Amino acid sequence: MADKVLMKGNEALAEAAIMAGCRHYFGYPITPQTEVAAYLAKRMPQIGGTFLQAESEVAAINMVIGVASAGKRVMTSSSSPGISLKSEGLSYLAGCDLPALVVNVQRGGPGLGGIQPSQSDYFQATRGAGHGDFHMLVLAPASVQEMASLVFKGFDLADKYRMTTMILADGTMGQMMEPVSLDMGSVNEYDKSWAVTGTKCERKHNIINSLSLLPEELEQWNIRRYDMYKKIEEREVMYDEYMTEDADIIVVAFGVAARVARNAIVAAREKGIKAGLVRPITLWPFPKEILKQRAKNAKAFVSVELSTGQMIEDIELAIRCTRPVLLASRVGGMIPTPEEVLEKIEEAQKIGGEA
Amino acid sequence: MKTTNILISGFGGQGVLFTGKFIAYEGLLEGKEVTWLPSYGPEMRGGTASCSVIISDSPIGSPLVPKPDILIAMNLPSLDKFEDAVVPGGMIFYDSSLIDRDVKRTDVKAFPVPATKIAGEEGMTTLANMIVMGKMLKESALFPMDAIDKTIAKVVSAKRQNLIELNKKAISIGSEM
Repeated sequence: MADKVLMKGNEALAEAAIMAGCRHYFGYPITPQTEVAAYLAKRMPQIGGTFLQAESEVAAINMVIGVASAGKRVMTSSSSPGISLKSEGLSYLAGCDLPALVVNVQRGGPGLGGIQPSQSDYFQATRGAGHGDFHMLVLAPASVQEMASLVFKGFDLADKYRMTTMILADGTMGQMMEPVSLDMGSVNEYDKSWAVTGTKCERKHNIINSLSLLPEELEQWNIRRYDMYKKIEEREVMYDEYMTEDADIIVVAFGVAARVARNAIVAAREKGIKAGLVRPITLWPFPKEILKQRAKNAKAFVSVELSTGQMIEDIELAIRCTRPVLLASRVGGMIPTPEEVLEKIEEAQKIGGEA
Repeated sequence: MKTTNILISGFGGQGVLFTGKFIAYEGLLEGKEVTWLPSYGPEMRGGTASCSVIISDSPIGSPLVPKPDILIAMNLPSLDKFEDAVVPGGMIFYDSSLIDRDVKRTDVKAFPVPATKIAGEEGMTTLANMIVMGKMLKESALFPMDAIDKTIAKVVSAKRQNLIELNKKAISIGSEM
């Protein structure tokens, strides 16, 4: 415990980015992620890094593309409406096969929405971050410790696969303080001979580009990318489980919803209901296999989300609709109470018993 | 396996968030699991601010505190808003120099502390929060009182080390009331 400090999620995330070797940050303030930018504005000049408050989110993501092209670790962060503005850049990052880390500390939407916590950008993050066929690695922290450790891991994955890692957090994770250990281990180095760093007339030009007017060629680019996505789905799935071994009811939740769900599961167990939690840490790739496996013995599922039901579709797909899946949700910046989740677990128990 | 849910609320500028941070740090230094969650929003000086602190022997689920075991209310709107939320048998500590009504609940323990008045008399006008917190730490016996000095040194920023003694004094005034 001695080495732990109390930090806000946004600040722990920012410090972990520095520890991961990120020396370039471009952003634009928006609640509830502004502390990321504020922290880095203070820290980057101390360590010879670049902090730049761009004139807009669009400018910031294009600066990210620039630094990523040069082979350096780079990050931007925003909250929901700002991420929508970055959408074009996210698609270009994917089209150019560039590694980058993008943080979304979600708030209620759509539109300007509100500033309280939300998870309603799940579809955007896992399905439609921008135009074209592509995925981002999407990591969902459920503690301040994970705000730090998943950023560290996220930079690594981005470099390993030359793609964007998105940290999909929510206002609670950004704003809350918890004890955190910043002992992150060592940084892996990756070959970046593809980077545009100047040839010094000693090698051929490297070209970073997402445009191909030859459909045969562009098709191959897409297929190559999807072959890699398949490998990622096999290798990089992360999840956590709590009391699932004997569970009749499997609750699935990420981020702050998973924290609430944990309370509800304890309460359900006290009432004699065998409930357990599967907490996806990677939202893409989604932990399909474990859900399929748990469906063998479970009667029903409950998806807990701060949205009107987005992840629930992935759960139904993963288990091929073999079990009923109920939704416990609050939206618009509201967070479900453990009692509300418990009610759904009890309802699931009833429905599951009949099925 | 004990878990204590604490809610601290008052005007922005009364040190509500700092009070919560102090309690959370105290928990951390005592080897407990802790969470601290502020209300955040377009808040300004004079508006209301609150924060939720959980101290537990086991890993903490939800960081929200809808039903506090301990409520610290630094102004009337805070007491009005949160009095009913306190669990039966819980404790309410409130600044009775700013709140001119009694706690209505009869199933909780109420501790009026004329903190703003005392702070004014003692020449520590900004430390009413620490006086109420001192009373709370004493009555709740959350932590050993002799552990507090260590926390003060940790929480008071390097630039303000001159305030350590004053903070200690404020806490002890509260705890000895």
